[in-house]
Amino acid sequence: MSNLKETFLTPLGLNNPVAVQVLGICSALAVTAQLEPAIVMGLSVTIILALANVVISLLRNTIPNRIRIIVQLVVVATLVTIVSEVLKAFAYDVSVALSVYVGLIITNCILMGRLEAFAMANGPVDSLVDGIGNGLGYAIILVIVAFIRELFGAGTLFGYQVIPDCLYEAGYMNCGLMLMPPMALIILGCIIWAMRAKNPELQEK
Amino acid sequence: MNTNSNAYTIGYASIMVIIVAFLLAFISSSLKEKQTENVKLDTKKQILSALNITDGDVATNWEQVTDFVLNADGSLAEYTDEFKTNYADTTELHVFECTLNGEKKYVFPVRGAGLWGPIWGYVALNSDKNTVFGTYFGHEGETPGLGAEITKPFFTEQFKGKTVTRDGNVVLSVVKNGKVSDSSCEVDGISGGTITSKGVDEMLKTCLKRYSSFLSSATDVTSGATKVEAAAQDSAAAKMAVVDSTINAVKDTIVAKVEPIVKEVKDELKK
Repeated sequence: MSNLKETFLTPLGLNNPVAVQVLGICSALAVTAQLEPAIVMGLSVTIILALANVVISLLRNTIPNRIRIIVQLVVVATLVTIVSEVLKAFAYDVSVALSVYVGLIITNCILMGRLEAFAMANGPVDSLVDGIGNGLGYAIILVIVAFIRELFGAGTLFGYQVIPDCLYEAGYMNCGLMLMPPMALIILGCIIWAMRAKNPELQEK
Repeated sequence: MNTNSNAYTIGYASIMVIIVAFLLAFISSSLKEKQTENVKLDTKKQILSALNITDGDVATNWEQVTDFVLNADGSLAEYTDEFKTNYADTTELHVFECTLNGEKKYVFPVRGAGLWGPIWGYVALNSDKNTVFGTYFGHEGETPGLGAEITKPFFTEQFKGKTVTRDGNVVLSVVKNGKVSDSSCEVDGISGGTITSKGVDEMLKTCLKRYSSFLSSATDVTSGATKVEAAAQDSAAAKMAVVDSTINAVKDTIVAKVEPIVKEVKDELKK
């Protein structure tokens, strides 16, 4: 049981897929200008990753070693396509909101990373927990970056203005640079810096 | 079993591909109908949103709207009962007509390209065919917080009341943020979303240009009844002109005949 807890918690902190393994940062850059798409993307990745992990874990003993990456890719692509088709039919508004992000999930390296490193060697229950943990670990970083970018870049959170008008009258201005993709990398860099400074075991000798 | 043998690998790959193909084909075909319905409903919602109708049931609201196809010269080509979902085909000039509070509104579908993918929209004009009544813009994958802001009310509301054409040219345009020089037809772009804003500008210009003969014609081609009425008005105006000129001619002859008599009388009186 403690093993499962550990599987779930380490990707949220000390083995975070984005901040420590530095995986999946390309999508972290694209969807973090606002909080809402960041949360939607985080949840989508969590769901797909959990499902893919379970499927690959069930198939792990049958998969031929030489084509395992192809098999993993096919499983992820199939799942993403099915989820997107089902959303289009039953939750059209959500699928419009997700638009291109659904496609982006296929190329997210966290998925391939977890399938190859964890699901190929562990049972379905562990894999499910690992998938959820890693998905949420990814989502947390996305939300932090999106929170900072939306707050300072547009003065809003979830599209609602949070910085009072009196501050603007006093000469405060939104930082347009925050909305540019490079700023996502800079904020991400700062998060990684803070994490490594706090946890010396993450630092290479 | 040896999972590393060539035969096993090829067999595994083949079976996997077949299963996945059947699974996806089955899901796609079984959900197709429902998806098309959703897309149709959404397209109708977008058109109604350009007409500033956002409340109520889409199907009921849609009953007020009629879809027409125009010829290049602006005359009515056909009335389409079949509602389409894709207006990207530029060879057909679609126009939607809707009567709101007794005034006719026209909605024109527009299509263009943003930074990452296609952008589209619906522009509703007042019955004068020259001032904007409302707009709707959509995009596939513009950057959230930047280009994607074109869908937000603060952007679409700016178009209301703007002039579309002047001297036969489309003057409705999106300019760089803060660079509006003619507020009667220019709209502020989105800062940081320059390429998407330019895409909207180009989309409006190219797509509305194709309707220019319809926009400049005073007569209402989409409605047969109004067309006849307009023709009747035209012939009445012509008749009036004939009557006017006859009256003028008569007046001239009278003046010419009366003047010498008046002069004579005046002379007599002086004596």
